[in-house]
Amino acid sequence: MSATLEVRNLRTHFFTRAGVVKAVDDVSFSVERGQVLGLVGESGSGKSVTGFSIIGLIDPPGRLTGGSILYQGEDLAKLSERDMRHLRGNRIAMIFQDPMMTLNPVLRIDTQMTEAVHAHVKTTNADARARARDALGMVGIPSPEERLNAYPHQFSGGMRQRVAIAIALLHNPDLLIADEPTTALDVTIQAQILAEVQKLTTDHGTALIWITHDLSVIAGLADRIAVMYAGRVVETGEATDVLDHPVHPYTHGLIGSVPSRNKRGERLRQIPGMTPSLLSLPPGCAFRTRCTHATSVCEQEPPTSEPSPGHTARCFHPIEGNAP
Amino acid sequence: MFTWILRRMFQASFVLLAMTVIVFVGVHVIGNPVDILISPEADQAERAKIIAEMGLDQPLWRQYAYFLNGALHGDLGRSFVFNEPALKLIGGRMPATLELAVTAVLMSMCFGIPLGLYAGLKPNGFLGRVIMTGSILGFSLPSFWVGLMLIMVFAVQLGWLPSTGRGETAMLFGVRWSFLTWDGLRHMAMPALNLSLFNISLVLRLTRAGVRENLTMDYVKFARAKGLSPARVIFVHILKNIMIPVTTVLGLELGSTIAFAVVTESVFAWPGMGKLIIDSINVLDRPVIVAYLMMIVLMFITINLVVDILYTMLDPRVRLETKA
Repeated sequence: MSATLEVRNLRTHFFTRAGVVKAVDDVSFSVERGQVLGLVGESGSGKSVTGFSIIGLIDPPGRLTGGSILYQGEDLAKLSERDMRHLRGNRIAMIFQDPMMTLNPVLRIDTQMTEAVHAHVKTTNADARARARDALGMVGIPSPEERLNAYPHQFSGGMRQRVAIAIALLHNPDLLIADEPTTALDVTIQAQILAEVQKLTTDHGTALIWITHDLSVIAGLADRIAVMYAGRVVETGEATDVLDHPVHPYTHGLIGSVPSRNKRGERLRQIPGMTPSLLSLPPGCAFRTRCTHATSVCEQEPPTSEPSPGHTARCFHPIEGNAP
Repeated sequence: MFTWILRRMFQASFVLLAMTVIVFVGVHVIGNPVDILISPEADQAERAKIIAEMGLDQPLWRQYAYFLNGALHGDLGRSFVFNEPALKLIGGRMPATLELAVTAVLMSMCFGIPLGLYAGLKPNGFLGRVIMTGSILGFSLPSFWVGLMLIMVFAVQLGWLPSTGRGETAMLFGVRWSFLTWDGLRHMAMPALNLSLFNISLVLRLTRAGVRENLTMDYVKFARAKGLSPARVIFVHILKNIMIPVTTVLGLELGSTIAFAVVTESVFAWPGMGKLIIDSINVLDRPVIVAYLMMIVLMFITINLVVDILYTMLDPRVRLETKA
């Protein structure tokens, strides 16, 4: 099966006064129809910028400086803004992290939904409204007809995220980019939204990129996982491979820092230090300053190793064995 | 909503009452109108007669009581100078000031909002910078000087526009208005522009700041992610949010524009209320001062009321509630 999306050597740099921020630096991955890719990393690792690069919403001073984003074989990086707009919200959709901020506070839900219908389909207002209503019903919003007339502030956070998902799925996109859509919600709602998105995307064969910093969210959801650190993918592979047999010390650290029941009583391990400033990344492995395995060789560009087929990591000192 | 308006009116009446007390005491402290109004040659008997006619022989509290009694019957007293009812005097001058101020505020919207939108969307462009620099001039140049320069250029050098008076007027609702005739509009052009210059800069800067802020908002990014056209994003999603602060400021500015049109009215010999109040203060013509200030206070109260009601239309999160 051909990939819905194939990102090759993507580079998105921000040209600020203080210098060039290499937010995304040589990132490659692919997602197939109906597949879920988990894009994991700490804040500032470039995962959201990767998402915005795909949908073409990088604003100055940011710019795509290299690589290609192949959507069904077509390079999105080379598309005109006009052609890109026809894909956006239509074939490629995105949902954001904070549902309280995603919907325009001064416009009614029906306005915000029907305009999304009209943007891609020539149809009557009544039909657009009917589509909007059906979409709301699909994501589990009770009495959708009445709720169409409501304003965003009349919904709870979870309900707003459902509305955002309904808008994103209005045109049954081929690719959905979910940028930490459950982070701002409480745990029970998180699980509901998670299940909802998973169901809707499998129903329509939508490829899903789920961006998160929370490995526990991704564990039961993703088919493949790409772990990002300082703008690069440091480890990628099948979800089971990456989670059960992580190779990169950073992935190890991430998994080790997830609280779980069998670790009760133990001290939670954390990765020392912080993500480095992307302004002044030293050459070589960006994680070496926080890595317990680092040696002087890490000051050079780490090689890509492939411990098992389809599972790759960029590290001089890959860890063998099981997850912590 | 109805109870809310009643409540506001009740509060407003107290503001009015407090204001009249302040003016009565204030004018009393400044000086005795008798010294200014009665010719020094008048003998003792004549003086006493005039003083008694104006009611100035009574103690202040009794004068105030007379005034209140009259005010309740719609009579704010007779001008000491013109020997005409103060209300009639002000009413005769009010349309001129009103149409000037309203035109000025309309102009500041018509120029300020588009210019601000442009400067906000293209903050680094040449024209954007020119607009912002120009707005600093609008803020800081003294209004009387700009008025004189306008007269110099457009009336004296180019001879395009008349420099003084209201020009031809036409009747509407029993009042003479300049804006109904071409000649009147020509007369109004320069003073209105002069009066609006400050407000244009204000609205422009407010709009620009709003655009800059809104552009970074998630709901604008989400609107773009839906594939909406840039025009729809700017004129619906962004503009509707910007109108909230702009309405507040313009509402307040309409009041102060009316109240402080004095300078412009003097420069362009525009026969409005501003000139009248300045003269009245000079001769301590208390009934006119009181009546004028009551009008202004009423106007501010009304404008604030209208702005609050406009709010509920612009911002769905605001609902007028009776409880505080």
